[in-house]
Amino acid sequence: MKLKGRKIVGGEAKGELIVSQKPLSFLGGVDPETGIVTDAESDIRGQSIAGKILAFPRGKGSTVGSYVIYALKKNGKAPKAIIVGEAETIVATGAIIAGIPMVDGIDVSKLKSGQRVRVKAEEGLIEVEE
Amino acid sequence: MYLTKEEELILAGEYGYALQKAMEILVALGEIYGADRLIPIKSAQIAGVSYKNIGDAGIEFLRDFANAGAKVSVYTTLNPAGIGDDEFMEKQMKVLELYRKMGIEATSTCTPYYGANLPKFGDHLAWSESSAVSFANSILGARTNREGGPSSLAAAIVGKTPNYGLHLDENRKATVIISVEANVRTFVDYAALGYHLGKTLGNDVPYIKGLKPEMTEYLKEMGAAIAASGSIALYHVEGETPEYRGAITEKLETITIENSDIRAVKEQFADDWSEIDMILIGCPHTSLAEVKEIAELLSMRGRPLKIPLFITASRAVKALADSLGYTEIIERYNGRIIPDICFVVSPIKGWYKGVATNSGKSAFYFRSFGFKVRLDDEENLINEAP
Repeated sequence: MKLKGRKIVGGEAKGELIVSQKPLSFLGGVDPETGIVTDAESDIRGQSIAGKILAFPRGKGSTVGSYVIYALKKNGKAPKAIIVGEAETIVATGAIIAGIPMVDGIDVSKLKSGQRVRVKAEEGLIEVEE
Repeated sequence: MYLTKEEELILAGEYGYALQKAMEILVALGEIYGADRLIPIKSAQIAGVSYKNIGDAGIEFLRDFANAGAKVSVYTTLNPAGIGDDEFMEKQMKVLELYRKMGIEATSTCTPYYGANLPKFGDHLAWSESSAVSFANSILGARTNREGGPSSLAAAIVGKTPNYGLHLDENRKATVIISVEANVRTFVDYAALGYHLGKTLGNDVPYIKGLKPEMTEYLKEMGAAIAASGSIALYHVEGETPEYRGAITEKLETITIENSDIRAVKEQFADDWSEIDMILIGCPHTSLAEVKEIAELLSMRGRPLKIPLFITASRAVKALADSLGYTEIIERYNGRIIPDICFVVSPIKGWYKGVATNSGKSAFYFRSFGFKVRLDDEENLINEAP
């Protein structure tokens, strides 16, 4: 399956998907030391986003969340790429300062955790292995 | 989005890493929100100052960015800092030092317009701090979106912001009419009205009828409360704010505000004095006129307060209060003016358990932190406090 969205931050990545169907707050919602989701309302609570391709509908919460994404990268616990339904300021800014490829405009309800995907952010393209 | 040749060069990294990253942020936001181009800004106001909010992650980013040579290119001021224990203060000083290194004026106030950073009508800005954004847009008629810390810093470095949202005429028109039939007179009435509107409205531009504020400070307070309990960054008040003429361009729904709406907010924040162990005035930071009023109320009360009174203000207003003698009067009655900090962004849980305040914004946040809250007018607070 191929899905077409829009580039927010360029680059390429390949790996295993972790998908949240709920909006995600990075400040207070993801531990910058471990990459584990701690947001009590999250459907991927307790799971790690480190080294995975992270997909969720959109960001929420404090704009400080951008700095948490940066800290994840510095600590080696960042996702390899970020896929969102709708980009907003917090996650887009975080992905830029951390240099994480990011695509928006993707219907994340079509994605499932555990799938293998290739992200070609420059073209806004997501390829899901069958 | 259209970029000039120079903007393209910045984006390509010709002017170094810091400018490149800042430009990448502005271009991405411009693309996301459909801006046609970047526009020059007159000033920036940066949030993400308290160590309680930005933590070690923020310090790490600011250090890397400052070391990469990041420098602001327009006049830029800072949001309030936090106050805490020694370890906290050490980190807090580090944050301020990093911002200073980038050429930012470390004024640390949510009311930069009472001192260093006063925009005029029509100026484009990149401000964060929701109450200052509301003041700049609504009362001054300057133009800014509700920026986050990192996006306002990026704009300050480049000296530009993407042209979308409240920078455009069409997005500054009213979307709903608020007819105030309630008796809204005092500072706390305006706080309660703002709190109610923030909770009730969505992403609107309200056009408010029926208000005659005695002081501009009342509108400052209303706007801060609207922006805290909701997300509104611009309102118009008929006969008062600079853009109300021409703000209504189509038929709009009207919402009526009754006395019961104002009363309902006050009743939510009516915890008993026995549960209150500090009084807080100055959210947003006080003007000199507000400080003067408190000094006069304390003099009339004539006996010291048994619980501490904290007044938060910018260093500019504190300096005036010092030289005009108000600080001395306030201290005589167990009050203190604390400059350039904000209790809402300080780790003070455990220090106090109940706060009495005239601020709707403070009431909203302290209740969410689990404090007891008493919301009342400054006159009642000073007269009735133990």
